[in-house]
Amino acid sequence: MAEAGHSPAEYVTHHLHHWATGHDNAFISAEAWHLDTLFISTVLGLIFLTLFRIAAVRATSGVPGKLQNFVEIMIDFVDNAVKDGFHGSRAFLAPLALTIFVWTFLWNCMDLIPVDLPPMIAKHVFGLEYFRAVPSADMSATFALSLSVFALIIIYSFKGKGAGGFAKEFLTHPFGAKLMPANVVLNTVELLAKPMSLALRLFGNLYAGELIFILIALLPWWAQVIPGFGWAVFHILVVTLQAFIFMTLTIVYISMAYEHH
Amino acid sequence: MQASIPSIVGQMIVFGIFVWFTMKFVWPPITKAMEERRQKIADGLAAADRGARALQDASAKSEEELKAARTQAQEILAAANKQAAQMVEQAKTHAQEEGERIVAKAHEEVEREIAHAREELRKQVGELAVIGAAKILKREIDTKAHADVLNELAARV
Repeated sequence: MAEAGHSPAEYVTHHLHHWATGHDNAFISAEAWHLDTLFISTVLGLIFLTLFRIAAVRATSGVPGKLQNFVEIMIDFVDNAVKDGFHGSRAFLAPLALTIFVWTFLWNCMDLIPVDLPPMIAKHVFGLEYFRAVPSADMSATFALSLSVFALIIIYSFKGKGAGGFAKEFLTHPFGAKLMPANVVLNTVELLAKPMSLALRLFGNLYAGELIFILIALLPWWAQVIPGFGWAVFHILVVTLQAFIFMTLTIVYISMAYEHH
Repeated sequence: MQASIPSIVGQMIVFGIFVWFTMKFVWPPITKAMEERRQKIADGLAAADRGARALQDASAKSEEELKAARTQAQEILAAANKQAAQMVEQAKTHAQEEGERIVAKAHEEVEREIAHAREELRKQVGELAVIGAAKILKREIDTKAHADVLNELAARV
């Protein structure tokens, strides 16, 4: 619903503005903290951890309760996904994959909340001019995840192949030692493409989703129901799928980094 | 649309903390519980297997025992039958012997009875002969000669 006195363009830009420190409008800001993203994502993460921690504390090897059942299904699902892709110790990678999956899933779920609701609450309850509720529609959040994964790719490369092995593969793969420059260029691109694609895929999907919801919200109220409903149903798929893709690709990238070719 | 470096760094720190928490306090207890349950189920199944095998063993053993008992019973029965037959046989011979003995004794008695009767008869025949002879003699002998004899006897007394 476009508020009275705003043009559609103003409405859209208003919705795409972060609650941030400072008034930095640069594409890559060096000083603005996206407080809405940080706040929402942290709260969602704490919800996830609280829920799972409760299940973990109450965990019994006897008959599991409903919460434990749900948590066990999640853990089993993630553990199997990691087991399929990665053949080293899962003590770190499986919890990492679980955190990524559930956390991004919850981020994405924020997209299903009516687009006007969080900014309205932020404005009327907390007096905030701008508020964006979907962390994964903020590049800062998705890049935070993908850069962490990137760091892990490097760490696992060294762990799995050793510094020499990693350097050798980086310099001689896939064209052989004679075409070293080509190898270096190709491998650098390949290496950097991983975090970029990870972050941008998630961001792109959810940003587009949010934007469509904003555009639907611009329609007259009677015309919003059908597209709004349709897009939300479709989005349930996107929400789950993007979380799953992010997790799976993380596992695949780390496993590729860790294992010899 | 904006990516902010401080935000990214802050988010990464939060992410790191969350992963660490999951790794330390969420994942291990739940997977442990799951593993324990898996172990329990495996143990239960193994126990059930063992139970079934034990049942099989026990039934086989009882079958065997039953068979042994049956043969034993048969043996006992056969022995008893044999013994009974033996006893009957023994009794039969015993009875026969006894019968023979009784018959022999009876024969002896009869023999003795006959002998006795014969003796008696002989005695009576003797007496009768004497009486008969006396009667004959009484008629033949004259009184005078007898009187002489009697006198002589009387004289001797």
